[in-house]
Order: sequence, then C-alpha cells, then structure tokens
Amino acid sequence: MDAIPYTVKAREDTGLYNARLGIWLFLASEVMLFGALFATYVILRLGALHWPLGASLLSIPLGTFNTVVLISSSVTMVFAWVSLKEKNLGKYKMYMGFTIILAVLFIVVKLFLEYIPKFEHHLYPGKSTFWAIYFTLTGLHALHVLGGIGVNTYFWGPGANMWQSEPERFTNRIEIAGLYWHFVDLVWIFLFPILYLL
Amino acid sequence: MNPHHDSHRMHVFRKYLFSIDHKVIGIQYGLTSLFFLLFGFSLMMLMRWQLAFPGTAIPFIGKFFGESRAPGGIMLPEFYNELGAMHGTIMVFLGVVPLGVGCFGNLLVPLQIGAPDMAFPKLNMASYWVFFLGGLTMLFSFILPGGAASSGWTSYPPLADIATIGQTVWLIGMVFLITSSLLGSINFITTVLQLRTEGLTFMRLPFFVWSQLVTAFLLLLAFPPLEAAGILQLMDRLAHTSFFLPSGLMISGEPLKGSGGGSVLLWQHLFWFLAHPEVYVILLPAMGIVAEIIANNIRKPLWGYTSMVYSVLFIGFMSFIVWAHHMFLTGMGTAMSSFFQATTMIISIPSVVILSCLFISLWGGSIRLNTAMLFALAFLPMFGMGGLTGLPLGLSVSDIHLHDTYYVIGHFHYVVAPGVIFALFAGIYHWFPKFTGRQMNEFLGKLHFWPSLLLMNAIFFPMLIQGLAGVSRRLYDGGLQYAHAQGVLSLNKVSSYSAWALAVAQLPFIFNFVFSIFKGKKVTSDNPWEATTLEWQTPTPPGHGNFETTPTVYRGPYEYSVPGASRDFTPQNEP
Ligand code: HEM
Ligand SMILES: [Cu+2]
Repeated sequence: MDAIPYTVKAREDTGLYNARLGIWLFLASEVMLFGALFATYVILRLGALHWPLGASLLSIPLGTFNTVVLISSSVTMVFAWVSLKEKNLGKYKMYMGFTIILAVLFIVVKLFLEYIPKFEHHLYPGKSTFWAIYFTLTGLHALHVLGGIGVNTYFWGPGANMWQSEPERFTNRIEIAGLYWHFVDLVWIFLFPILYLL
Repeated sequence: MNPHHDSHRMHVFRKYLFSIDHKVIGIQYGLTSLFFLLFGFSLMMLMRWQLAFPGTAIPFIGKFFGESRAPGGIMLPEFYNELGAMHGTIMVFLGVVPLGVGCFGNLLVPLQIGAPDMAFPKLNMASYWVFFLGGLTMLFSFILPGGAASSGWTSYPPLADIATIGQTVWLIGMVFLITSSLLGSINFITTVLQLRTEGLTFMRLPFFVWSQLVTAFLLLLAFPPLEAAGILQLMDRLAHTSFFLPSGLMISGEPLKGSGGGSVLLWQHLFWFLAHPEVYVILLPAMGIVAEIIANNIRKPLWGYTSMVYSVLFIGFMSFIVWAHHMFLTGMGTAMSSFFQATTMIISIPSVVILSCLFISLWGGSIRLNTAMLFALAFLPMFGMGGLTGLPLGLSVSDIHLHDTYYVIGHFHYVVAPGVIFALFAGIYHWFPKFTGRQMNEFLGKLHFWPSLLLMNAIFFPMLIQGLAGVSRRLYDGGLQYAHAQGVLSLNKVSSYSAWALAVAQLPFIFNFVFSIFKGKKVTSDNPWEATTLEWQTPTPPGHGNFETTPTVYRGPYEYSVPGASRDFTPQNEP
C-alpha cells in the first residue's frame, strides 16, 4: 500500500480532492487572520476621538484604478483555468501572463504612486492610528499579492511542465491558485471602501 | 509520481532528517518537544530556588549566569521574569502541544485511519522544520542584550510593547510556530476527512482521531487572530505605531512618544481568543490518548463513545466563546461578564461528560495495570482537580479574589502537568513498542509513576492554598515582602523541594526510554497489547506506506470482549 489517494480525483463522500479541501481550510484561516485585523480597525475607530475621512488623505482615483486592476486579474485567472479545461496550453499561458502583469501593475501603483509619496510627506505608520491601520492592512495584503505573483509565475513558467505529464493534476493546481487569488482580490474589495471611502 | 517510491533510494539524510514519512516526522517532533520540555522544566527549577530562598545565591551554578542576570549568583527580578515568560512559552508552544499534536498526532492519525501517510507529506515536513526554526529563534533570544522575552507568556502591552529586543524575537519566533501549526492543522483535517480507509465511517473513528480533528480545527481558526495580534505588536515595536498604546501613557515619568490612540485591551482580546482554545489544544490530544489506553486496558468498549464524540465537538465549538473569562478584572460590563461566565459554565459540561464516561468505563472491566494504564488512570482525578478548581475562576465574583494569584497557577498546572503530561507519558509507554519493536521496562515505569504522582501533588496543592490566602503570581521573591504571603511562605519550600525531587523522579524515565530503544525486551507480536485499532494491525515498526494491504474496516473502534468471539478483542479490520 503506497500511493496517497485522492490527489487528483475527488473522494465520493466529500466530493473534494485533497488539495481542494486544503486550500479551503487555508482560506478559512486567512479569513480569521484578516477578520481579526478588521475587528481591530472597528474597535480602534470606535474608540478614537477623531478619525479622518479616508478620502481626505488617500487618492480615490488610484484606489479605484487598483480595484479595477485586481478584479480584472481575477477574471483573467478564471480564463486561464478555463483554457486548461479546453486543453489549450497556449491560451492558458496568455491569460496567466495577463494575470501576472495586472498583479504587478497593482503593486507598482501601490508602491510608487501611493506608499512612496506618502513617505515623502513623512506619513509613516507611526503618524496616527489611521496610518497605522492603513499601512499594516494594505501592507499585509500587498504581501499576499506578492505571494500570488510568485505562485502564478511558477505555474506560468517551469511549473507548467506538469501539463505534459499530468494535465488533470495541473489543471487542479491552477484551480487552487485561482481560489487563493480570488481571496486576495476579495480582501482588497473590503479594504478599499473601509480605508478610502468611509 | 509517488513520493514513497523514491524514498527507498534516498540516503540517510533524506530518510531521517528531511523525511516526508509521517512516522519519522512524528518522531522528530517527539524528540524535539521532549528536549524543550526538559529545558522549560529546568528554567522552572531555577525559579523555584528563588521562590523558596529569595535573595540567596543559587548553589553550584549561580555563578554561570553572569552579572546581568545573577550578580554573585543571586537572581535579579529581571532574570526571574525572563525565566517565567520563557518557561510558559516553551512548555506550551514548544513542549506540550508539539508532543500531543506534532508527535502523537503525526504518528497515530494516519495509522488509525488506515492511510499510507498524511495527505500532504511535503507540507508535513515543512511544518516540522518551521516549528524547529521557531524553537531555535526562542533559544537564540536568550543571548540577546536584555535577554529573552520577559513580559509573561501572555505578552501584555504596554509592558511588552516597550520591553527589550527579546520581545521582538519572541514575536518572530511565534510567527514561525503559528505558521507551523497552521500547515499542520490543514494537513490533519484533510487527512482525516479524505484518507479514511474503506468502511471507516465517522462513528467508527477511534476517539483519539476525533480529538485530533477537533484540535486541528482549533489551531486552524484560533491561531490566526494571535498572528494578527503578533503582527500588530511587531508594528508597535518596529514601526512605532500605537495599536496597543493608549494616549497619555507615561513611562518612568515621561510621556510616551508616538501617536497613542491604541487599546491595551485589544491585545488581551486577541490573545485570549487564541489562548483559550489553546488550552483545549493542550488538553484534547491528552484525552484522546487516555481514552485509547483505557479502552485497551479494561478489555471492554468505552462507555458512552457517542456522547464523548459529541462532547468533544461541542467543546471545540464552545471554546471560541469563553475567552473573556480571563478578563473579568479588566472592567468589562456586567452584561459581558455574565455572558462569558455562562459560556464558561456550559463548556465545563462536555469535559465532565467525557471524564465521567471514562470513569464509568472502568466499572466491571478486567483492568490491566501496566505503566501506561497507571498514567492514564491518574490523568482522570488530576485533570478532575484542575477542572474543578477552574470553576471558581470562571465565576466572575469569586475570580475577583482569585485572579492572578497562585491559585490560578495551581489550577492550570493541575490540568497541564499531572493531567496532560501524565497522559503524554502514558502514550509514550503505550505506543513505544509499535515504533521501536521493543517494550519499555515496567519496573522502571512504576518507579517513574508513583513518585511523580506524589510529587506533582506536593508541588501544586500548596500553590492552591497560597493563592487562596491571596498570594499574587509572578512575585519574584516568593512573597517575602508581601503581607498576604507571610502565613504561607513556608509552603514555597514544600513546592520547591518537591519540584527538584520531581526532576530526580524523571531519571528512571529518561534511562528507560533511551535504554529500551536499544536494549528493551523485543515484542513478539505486532499487537502486544491485543488492541483493536488499526495502528496495531501493521508490521512493527510500520514501513513506508504503513499497511501491507489497504485495510478495510468492518466494526467500531473498541470491540473488546465481544460475546461469542474467539478472543477478547476483535480488530476493526476483521470481517
Ligand atoms: C512540574 C512541572 C511544572 C512546575 C513545577 C511549574 C511551575 C511553574 C511556576 C513556579 C510558574 C511561575 C509562577 C509565577 O511566578 O507566577 C509557572 C508558570 C507557568 N507555567 Fe509552569 N510548571 C510546570 C509545568 C508546566 C507545564 C507542563 C506547562 C504548560 C503546558 C506550564 C505552563 C506555565 C505557564 C503558561 C506559566 C505562566 C507563565 C507566565 O506567568 O507568563 N508549566 N510554572
Ligand atoms: Cu480560558
């Protein structure tokens, strides 16, 4: 008795293959992580004497632009997975490429148009609770985006060799990377309004 | 590609060091956590000197701690705090939990569910090595200027926010440990849900597997908020934010720099949101071990298996909504207090159910009193003591008197030391033959058990009395300058002598453990205890892939003394 079962095919009673259950569990823990941070935001904001309006300190156009960028990358991620289902590796590579480029664009905007100008105006995390929350939450989210870029780039490049040997398993991997990516997107969809708009 | 095939060709390095076999990883966890248990125990023995003989030089070794910790061999308060914080941290996060979950969980869960390995073997290896890094980080922090973390294992701000660099490294170490347990918990849940062999329905799972499953959910969902809190405290310390620092804080007469506007209670909420479930992470694997050993040694089915399963599920759920019973004295409103007091009383019910089921199971059994069983049996009343002494802490009125006294130290040590540690010892004696092919010596086992049982009580019972008298915890002079403590000061010596004697009482165990690995009596059967669960239906020790053929399960976990059967045990895989 050797091989670990259900690495590719779903188990009948759970309807899941192993990695798919694994990623959902991972995302559940991520929900708790960001949940705790959002709770921190609520508690500190409710306890604060003054709380600045996000719009007065942050650029809504840039925030909106980045929101559109991330949502688009989620869409191209789905297309990448669909392309594999259609057994079209070339198309997969194209869509995955778009996903990665969009994610990089998000980081570039975040870093060069938002963070660095803020630092130049001496707006650091230690400036006030608002900035503390802003930099911690968006920073942690940006780390998640960078992680996603790493994973996706691997699956776009050397990781894609698996397509030749085990196409079904590779398709599953992209599905899982996609679930993670949608989650990262979702976190931003919460972050944007609470930091920029409210 | 199958990860098992190539491991046959791998050399020693891959086989023993970076192994992806759950059994090797389990043993790695086991040895590492035993080391840390001993280390945490040694820190405590130093503290016990200071408590019993405050202000006198530590004999023999005092001079080795240096001027900054113990000038002239006399312990400074800062050193006591460092020892206390690191004793707690190491015992919990590097000792008991990795032994219960990382070691026993890894060794037994795949075997008991008839699986070839964990669902994600490489992730399993990663979680061990990340844990190992966390351990190294904690050890390393002792050599930093200002020493290791010294704000208690709870790291309450504002103290922790302004403490020396050791605290920063503590936080980084915790991030490693949290990451490791997240990876582990994902692996455990997936393994139990996905890799159960044919016929092994949920209600046929050994109770140990249930306890590990619930534990894994607690780790998965309760640890991230502590990770969040850790990140925020790191920000406070490194980026000078004020998440946990309120406005207008004065430190040594000077106003604190920084923006203020934070909340110290926020940390406590985030911390205890983890740390209460954490006590069940400590406890449940121990309960699982005890249930297995009792069922095996009474030669009859566990009484109330089903209610035990529902109880453990209920504990898992409830443990998320009791955390603020650690915070009754922080000035929360009465409505909040009443809520958390009620949930706390409710969560004690399922624990009592499990304990009662185990007690009732003993009735009419033909009990086999080997060392493993002795330790398992001792768990019951010792955990019972811990649980009962917890009730007055859960009621907000009596907690006003008891909070932060030695009563608390006595209470939770009854749970973790003669409770959980005894269960872990029981597990080591019981499963040792499966993984080494040899038995541990019974005489030495009993020489280990009886003195330990006696001494554990001699250490911790006096603490309950001191606490009731009003002696605060975390007093570095054992209460010498503390009015409430004067009448009960002499009890410090009772505790301390007993603690050192307890160290001596562990020598038979250490000797027995090492000796038996090489020279212990060889077992003649794969199933020396005549047990029913699947881990005993493998070769000894189990090879790669565990089972020679995939087992099929036909019956529940504890079919002992089935009427009409040819033997007094019927393994789960017997048709
Ligand atoms: C026989 C073994 C043990 C003895 C004699 C012992 C003794 C002590 C003592 C004297 C203190 C300090 C009390 C104070 O100054 O406030 C302490 C604190 C503590 N111990 Fe133990 N301990 C033992 C085992 C354990 C184990 C197995 C665990 C965990 C599973 C543990 C967890 C803790 C924790 C969390 C604290 C609180 C640290 C803090 O104040 O931040 N101990 N113990
Ligand atoms: Cu609690």
